[in-house]
Amino acid sequence: MELMLERIEKQVGAQTHLYPLDLTLVPRAVTVLLGATQAGKTSLMRVMAGLDAPSKGRVLADGLEVTGKPVRDRNVSMVYQQFINYPSMTVADNIASPLKLRGENGIAQRVNELAAKLHIEQFLKRLPAELSGGQQQRVALARALAKKSPLMLLDEPLVNLDYKLREELREELSQLFATGESTVVYATTEPTEALLLGGYTAVLDAGELLQYGPTADVFHKPKSIRVARAFSDPPMNLLPGTAATIGVTLHAGVNLSVPLPSSSTPVLTIGVRASALRVRQRDGDLALPGKVELAEISGSDTFVHVETAIGELVAQLTGVHQFMLGEAITLYVNPLQVYVFDAAGNLLVAPLEVR
Amino acid sequence: MARIDLDLAHAYKANPKCDEDYALLPLKMSFDDGGAYALLGPSGCGKTTMLNIVSGLVMPSQGTVKFDGVDVTRKSPQERNIAQVFQFPVIYDTMSVAENLAFPLRNRGVAADKIKQRVGVIAEMLEMSGQLNMRAAGLAADAKQKISLGRGLVREDVSAVLFDEPLTVIDPHLKWQLRRKLKQIHHELKLTLVYVTHDQVEALTFADQVVVMTRGRAVQVGSASDLFERPKHTFVGNFIGSPGMNFLPAKAQGDTILVGGHVLRGRTNPALASAGDFTLGVRPEYVQLAQPGQADALPAKVRKAQDIGTYWLLTATSGDMVIRARLSPEAKKPAMGDDVWLNVLGSHTCFYKNEELIA
Repeated sequence: MELMLERIEKQVGAQTHLYPLDLTLVPRAVTVLLGATQAGKTSLMRVMAGLDAPSKGRVLADGLEVTGKPVRDRNVSMVYQQFINYPSMTVADNIASPLKLRGENGIAQRVNELAAKLHIEQFLKRLPAELSGGQQQRVALARALAKKSPLMLLDEPLVNLDYKLREELREELSQLFATGESTVVYATTEPTEALLLGGYTAVLDAGELLQYGPTADVFHKPKSIRVARAFSDPPMNLLPGTAATIGVTLHAGVNLSVPLPSSSTPVLTIGVRASALRVRQRDGDLALPGKVELAEISGSDTFVHVETAIGELVAQLTGVHQFMLGEAITLYVNPLQVYVFDAAGNLLVAPLEVR
Repeated sequence: MARIDLDLAHAYKANPKCDEDYALLPLKMSFDDGGAYALLGPSGCGKTTMLNIVSGLVMPSQGTVKFDGVDVTRKSPQERNIAQVFQFPVIYDTMSVAENLAFPLRNRGVAADKIKQRVGVIAEMLEMSGQLNMRAAGLAADAKQKISLGRGLVREDVSAVLFDEPLTVIDPHLKWQLRRKLKQIHHELKLTLVYVTHDQVEALTFADQVVVMTRGRAVQVGSASDLFERPKHTFVGNFIGSPGMNFLPAKAQGDTILVGGHVLRGRTNPALASAGDFTLGVRPEYVQLAQPGQADALPAKVRKAQDIGTYWLLTATSGDMVIRARLSPEAKKPAMGDDVWLNVLGSHTCFYKNEELIA
């Protein structure tokens, strides 16, 4: 389905939940709605589904206006954070329920297929309460998929699951989405989840749609500091600076030789992704000596928080590295690997693509 | 502070018969005096049961708990002199921050000047010195939880401080600050700390030693590096790291290793020769693109190449085996359907038999 939102706004009382926005979802692909809590993801999704009418603007599905049309008259399936199933129905009946409502044939076969895809075939005769959280969410997902709706909306569907389970289920979901049967909208607060899902990403912040495009493009070329902030985990290192004759001067007079465009403003912000900082020096690097504040270890990566002359920095190192609190460390960055934002927070310079 | 020795098992129902009936299978474990430990595992693994047995909230159905060699199995948390911090703030809303922090000391009849000094030290560590006279009721959830942490840490004479997912209610951007605080406090106060979490970042960051648990068993006790470099059990290999370790069925053939019909040469070990069928484990971080025909590499077909921003996540298949690799963003982007060679046999490769590390 091609879903088009035209000048959509949402006011609730005196509060603005969504500022005017235009968005045309890429049909039959995944669009990730990325933003912190309260960014407007759920509000936008409810407008897309027809659960809420927008205060202003139009919603078009395949060119036809559906703005005021309630959700039950649209062919939409939804999955929520909470595991929502019919508690008195078996798993099989839960999955079959949307098909029965439509009086379809071959229901049993479709239920078995979906249960197999989501690895819940051995639980078909059980009640949802007899399953673990992960299994209950699989049932809800199977029911949503059973509808074969042209539009499928998922609101942080994995957030209440253990991280390994999340990893597994996300992988399976991407495979199911890749069949291109539906236009999929997937809301998340996690930048890494957006990158793993791929597709397209719409970045939301405080009720505004900031940027929409292919996920990797938005990540590598955020239009503004706000987008960069929303789409970096760990947060992008942001450092105040001023334009100098050859590049940017940072705190403590540290100079970064990055070529600036003529549109540069005198006051600038430098953005350095944690992964652009290294502990091994290469040609042309700027050295940033400092002191370790803490090393956070995720299992695959170590995030080292370092106090330096230009401000506090977080560096992402692959693998497990042990540091003592207060230990001396020098970080290195290639000046061509930084972002430069102007005084208004708009992107001036993005890192050179290495690939 | 105390050294804690566990030699026990626990079942919540009477007459346990099979492994599934146990919340904790028979285990022997020690927490060294002054050590920082994390109990890490998915829900239902037994980590909270273990914590509650250490604290005295749960009495093990068999075996003993010893503090500094003294049997405390039947002693209450109070008799064991344990401080605890829970998921949600446990504080007195009507009291000031200072009074809240002082409460555990006042309860034990500590002298007023000593109380003042300790409260000052803890408040400074938690960066709450400026809020000491504020009423707790008006504070945000994370400030309240900081008070709970402070109350857990304020007494110097406790046997151990136990934490049950203490950062759950804390905002993500504040979490790292509190993790740092806890680490600092551990270094300064040298308390025996036991910390339960399902969050691997929290466990690996906070603890010197992480106890990885699954289905009532502690499958490995080790540092973050141990768990990453030498997982003792396939569960650890998969659970730590994202994505987890690749596992490939293998067997030894002379001084070579056979994987999916391919002969690999490189690292061998006498333990493998007699192992029969075993499993080769290699982390995605250590799988790299290799030259065609390279002796330590497998031929594979690229099924997916994802740009994860800071690296390429490659999913490839070799026969019916799936191999994941984390490639540097500077590597040439592999495309779907490409034939590639991936090195899987190197100094970081681990070998497993019946899920246990053998070489």
